[in-house]
Amino acid sequence: MSDYIIEAIRDGVFETLIMTFFGSLFSYLIGLPVGVILYATSKGRLLENRPANIVLGTIVNIMRSLPFLILLVLLIPFTRFVTGSSIGTVATIVPLTVGAIPIVARMVESSLCEVKPGIIEAANSMGASPVYTILHFIIPEATPSLLQGAAINVATVLGYSAMAGVIGGGGLGAIALQYGYYRYQKDVLWTTVILLVVLVMLIQEIGIFISKKTRKN
Amino acid sequence: MSDLVFELENVSTTYKNDGKEFPALKDVSLQIKEGEIYGIIGMSGAGKSTLVRTLNRLEEVSAGSVKYYGKDLAGLSSKELRNVRHSISMIFQSFNLLEQRTVIENVEQPLKIAGIKRSERREIARKMLQTVDLSDKETVYPARLSGGQRQRVAIARALASDPKVLLCDEATSALDPKITGEILDLLKKINEERKITIVIITHEMSVVEKICDKVAIIDEGVLAEAGKVKDVFTNPQSKAARKLVFPSNPFDPSSENGKLIRIVFDGTNANVPFIANLVEKTGKKVNILSANTKSVGGIGYGQMILELPDNINDQKIITGFFKDSGLSVSEVDRI
Repeated sequence: MSDYIIEAIRDGVFETLIMTFFGSLFSYLIGLPVGVILYATSKGRLLENRPANIVLGTIVNIMRSLPFLILLVLLIPFTRFVTGSSIGTVATIVPLTVGAIPIVARMVESSLCEVKPGIIEAANSMGASPVYTILHFIIPEATPSLLQGAAINVATVLGYSAMAGVIGGGGLGAIALQYGYYRYQKDVLWTTVILLVVLVMLIQEIGIFISKKTRKN
Repeated sequence: MSDLVFELENVSTTYKNDGKEFPALKDVSLQIKEGEIYGIIGMSGAGKSTLVRTLNRLEEVSAGSVKYYGKDLAGLSSKELRNVRHSISMIFQSFNLLEQRTVIENVEQPLKIAGIKRSERREIARKMLQTVDLSDKETVYPARLSGGQRQRVAIARALASDPKVLLCDEATSALDPKITGEILDLLKKINEERKITIVIITHEMSVVEKICDKVAIIDEGVLAEAGKVKDVFTNPQSKAARKLVFPSNPFDPSSENGKLIRIVFDGTNANVPFIANLVEKTGKKVNILSANTKSVGGIGYGQMILELPDNINDQKIITGFFKDSGLSVSEVDRI
């Protein structure tokens, strides 16, 4: 492999990490509250509200059923509006965030559902308000499970970031596509694939390690 | 009437299953006075857990009213209800502690809800842990504690908000007999020292015998009987109460005409040798099939199952003798 390719791969790793980090961060900033609302408004929960739950649930389901590649294309005008460009590392963060929000929301919702009903009953019996119960009883109890879900989500975002190479995103995905696919440079293709696999595994292991560290039961 | 903590009038509740409504409690009326330890006993599914949840409105009533210090709970706004709940603590069979929080953080929880400052919270929580004898476990997580210790933490948490009432929902059912005894002693101590009214839901007779002043027996959603533990346990009136108080008899009379009777004696005559007197006075003999004596609130009471001879005349003489001696006599059904 020539020097410039090695340099490109080095930059690619960096770009991939940037995209994964900010994509995950922004998708949690929005997806976490959405997941909490989905949980709290569902049937039999603290803030049961069927209309709100159905509307939000439907939006999430529609977004989740769109293939990410299609979403990338559909979001081009929006991405350009937000970042001023539709190609490159920064631009890719927009569709990554949008694509991951529904996944994060459903993952958060299912983590919260795992909290034992007895904990909620205890909070109720102490005179805690629904919002207090969610913030100080349910979310802390669900934290290890939320972190485990986060590890999976971050790995998913990393996978998606590679796909963004198709429409001009940066990172390892773009390199694999340009050198490996269009130019048949098998060694570049395999190098990027191996790097991607290693990155996913690292994220997964670190996530599980943190989750285990925080779990007290 | 100010010493009445809870007053239930014709309370009924329903629960929904597959869109159909089923009654859980039917027309239950009872009163719980300040400072009492009130036991509510019944088989599982009898509705006792529902009953205790109407006391802090975790369960809504469909008819009738639940009054707490004269105030109808159904009329409270959700904010008023939350304030009332600060003064009614609850402990559970499964403890319901926050697993991801330390012991002391768990105990602080109700104080945090009440908006008390952090430094003050710590201080109160420490005192509560002292009360339940767990000062050395402050920074431990619940998963590292035994069942008895977890229930102690739950009790400390319940006491932290300085409540007037403590509701115990099968609080000892997950514990072994020795630990159950320790928890009950602790509850008794709390009742005496802090003058807290305690309501205990249980399916175990021994729990009621050990610490309760009054008892209500719930059977299939209906209040079968209520009164002082001594009265209900020595002389149960309802069928449900008899089933609970008297263990079932595993024996059949040894002959066709044989008859089994149960005699019950309470503290006032527990030291009289009835059987010896019977033989001496009437010359008739009985066969003791089973007997036991219990202490209810410090008073000994016991019951015996006797097999009477075949002769009907002899049977009459013997039952007559026991009745004249002031014992309650009842026939035992054949199996």
